[in-house]
Amino acid sequence: MKKLTFHPDDSVHAFITTIPEVTYGDGPLSGVTVAVKDNISTKGIETTCASKILKGYIPPYDAHVVTLLKNAGAAIVGKTNMDEFGMGTTTENSAYGPTLNPLDHQRVPGGSSGGSAAAVAAGFVDCAIGSDTGGSIRCPAAFCGIVGLKPTYGRVSRFGLIAYANSLEQIGPMARDVKTLSNLYSVIAGHDSRDATSVDKPYSHTPVSDIKGLKIGVPDEFFGEGVNPNVAEVVRQAIDTLESMGATAVPCTIPSMKYALSAYYVTCTSEASSNLARFDGVRYGPAVGTLKSWHDAYSDQRKAGFGKEVRRRIILGTFSLAAGYYGRYYQKAQTARQMVRDDFERIFRDVDVIAGPTMPDIAFKLGEKSDPLQMYLSDILTVPANLAGVPALSVPCGKVNNMPVGLQLIGRYFEDERIIDTAYAYEQGGA
Amino acid sequence: MEDLETIIGLEIHCQLNTKSKMFCSCSTDFRDNEPNTHTCPVCLGLPGSMPMVNKRAIEFALKVGKALNCTIRDESEFSRKNYFYPDLNKAYQITQYDKPLAEWGKLLIDGDNGEKEVRITRIHLEEDPGRSVHMGTTDRGKYTLVDYNRAGIPLIEIVTEPDLRSPKEARKFLNKLRATLEYLNVFDSEKEGSLRVDANISLKGSERVEVKNISSYKGVEKALTFEVTRQRNLLRRGQIVTRETRHFVEARGVTTSSRSKEEENDYRYFPEPDLLPLRVASWVDAIELPELPDARRERFISQYGVSPEHAKTLTGGLKLAEFYEAVASEDPALAATWTADYLLGELNYRDFSIDAMPADLFRELLTLIKSDTITDKSAVEILRLILDAVKDGKKPERPQEIVSRLGLAKTSGDQVTALIQEVIAEQQAAVNDYYAGKMQALNFLVGQVMKKCRGRADPGHLNTLLKEILDKKV
Repeated sequence: MKKLTFHPDDSVHAFITTIPEVTYGDGPLSGVTVAVKDNISTKGIETTCASKILKGYIPPYDAHVVTLLKNAGAAIVGKTNMDEFGMGTTTENSAYGPTLNPLDHQRVPGGSSGGSAAAVAAGFVDCAIGSDTGGSIRCPAAFCGIVGLKPTYGRVSRFGLIAYANSLEQIGPMARDVKTLSNLYSVIAGHDSRDATSVDKPYSHTPVSDIKGLKIGVPDEFFGEGVNPNVAEVVRQAIDTLESMGATAVPCTIPSMKYALSAYYVTCTSEASSNLARFDGVRYGPAVGTLKSWHDAYSDQRKAGFGKEVRRRIILGTFSLAAGYYGRYYQKAQTARQMVRDDFERIFRDVDVIAGPTMPDIAFKLGEKSDPLQMYLSDILTVPANLAGVPALSVPCGKVNNMPVGLQLIGRYFEDERIIDTAYAYEQGGA
Repeated sequence: MEDLETIIGLEIHCQLNTKSKMFCSCSTDFRDNEPNTHTCPVCLGLPGSMPMVNKRAIEFALKVGKALNCTIRDESEFSRKNYFYPDLNKAYQITQYDKPLAEWGKLLIDGDNGEKEVRITRIHLEEDPGRSVHMGTTDRGKYTLVDYNRAGIPLIEIVTEPDLRSPKEARKFLNKLRATLEYLNVFDSEKEGSLRVDANISLKGSERVEVKNISSYKGVEKALTFEVTRQRNLLRRGQIVTRETRHFVEARGVTTSSRSKEEENDYRYFPEPDLLPLRVASWVDAIELPELPDARRERFISQYGVSPEHAKTLTGGLKLAEFYEAVASEDPALAATWTADYLLGELNYRDFSIDAMPADLFRELLTLIKSDTITDKSAVEILRLILDAVKDGKKPERPQEIVSRLGLAKTSGDQVTALIQEVIAEQQAAVNDYYAGKMQALNFLVGQVMKKCRGRADPGHLNTLLKEILDKKV
């Protein structure tokens, strides 16, 4: 085993936990420094999901991806900050304070994998692992000017990922360039019998930059209302660049986009209300008071342990699953979700990838999005891929106000390779 | 009021006897182990852990579904049942809700008025929660300990239609169900807590009451009998039966109202996102059922010539039926009588199961009876000696050894004749009485001979022989 020391000057507060001395072995990622989002279980290393309620929780087991990383020789140097349980778009909803955007400390890094993106963008690590439930890898990748991939649902094992919304989320790689991202992805993808939703589709691809004949769908909705025109313009130019490399862009529409955000928030809050119910202070986290009845003790514990946004989402989710409301909310959201899938399927009959902006705007100023609904609206361009389960990535494609803009590329099921190639082509030719 | 029809439906939870748990590979053999030793991140519900379906548990449940003549769903679904309780590690139970594995079945039972079909509403799979152990009294507990060894044990819940008409009939249904599950080899009824029953009971025209968590077969009949009486008394006094959930207090044989708010939970069921829909179409047909109780009963009648009554008794449990077949070879009718009429009585008296009786010893005993070596009375004595030895944890003697040691072999014909002659010589007065027509004198003389041979003669035979000899002398 080899050793390295890790003492980043973490002025942007990318990490919740750092590991000063790391041992690593041989393998394809030997000595590569990797930061892991703090909602992914690491044996012997505190894993908090940036929540007070998990303070002091040291998992007795490694998440499947962590095992794979260790086996590949990677050096896991720390656990990164995030929005509590993944609930947020800015990494401001952390019990341990916000992470700052390394490119502008007045701005957020995006979220919820903001710590992972910042650690990569600041050069603390070679690459990072994030998780993406409704854009949580792609948004911070876009805001921090790095590459981030949300794989096809099922391609990376979720075993050990502390669930926020099981049916939507995937663990994925983040890096400064497409090649590094691709290398990291080839280590973490693959089947795991412990995750019943895992699919046996390993990734062993070397990015190629030839995209001649590629058909790119450009959805009207990605350039519509709510999208900063300057961001839209930068992304259009990026698509032009891809065309100049031999791709063809064709307009398309995703009519189900108008239901996507509601369907997303009903689904993720419903699942979250159930997933987070186990945090009651009995088995981990700060101990509950023993002088009260368990029901009261749970109530106190959860009120004190969860942040405001988490409580808001638990209440929303509890409501949409309640008897008498299930049909109006949860079930209807599943119908809308199917419509999104159908739209993608239809579009992908004619095009190979879909391209558009990752986020409607550049990184927000800290505290700028104080209204939860405004915050939710900023997820509009990223949630459709999660609802459908298709792969999507964000690759830097220029700047607005000196802040990076992300080009989002969405692919067919299990064609993560194709969007990676497209991003690689852009990176090689466009930058 | 007395003749108001009683309407009963049951919900039965059975632990399946798979080797590993429902959603992880922890062993299910936890009963004699320290608390929380049969656990892993999955059955502890640690953050990030995910369920893996135990295929064997599905197979077991499918067997039950087929045996109870259910329609098996090609695609069923696991759901989450959400509620807070300290022994529920994830704060939800993975169960099946609106798409259960099996539906619309039936089970034929020996009902109050003859054979009867009880409809099965549904059978679904779920995981057992952990166990809370309350220290102190229930009202003023000092604290509660939680043991997750039981968490994740596979359960099936079998729900019946309200087709049962008396507590006794409910008991009979359970007996038949237990036998069926045993024959399928998916359930071990002897394990503590392997079966739990919730019963819905109403008197026709009144509200129904749910009695929860009855954990023994006898308990079901007791709890329901108590409820019938309680509800009838309420109505007799002009009061009404309120719709409620009650708990059965086994020790006192009564049900008590549970006022707890927990019973009014909204479980917020939704499909378990960590598991795919369960598709069984490709393997359900390959599942073969063993011979079930009804078929075995018919076979016992045709193959062994056993009486229908004996056949029903002998097929009422898998081990009993297997025991019978292991001892039947010599003389099936004799074996049936001795197993059903004598052995079961002695076992019940001692609260023993059929396992207590070694089949080879019983077979030897039957050989001794059949060859007329011992009397029925001696045979029963031998049976008791064997079972008493088992009870004391000693190795039982072989029947042949007991016969030799206690001299239980029937006295031979010559010896009996000699003893009769002795008695006739000694009891001249009684002999004269006999000749004078006093029939009690014969009984007296028989008694005297029996005394001399210490009971080792067949009384019926002795009676005939004595009469023969006396009548010849005239």
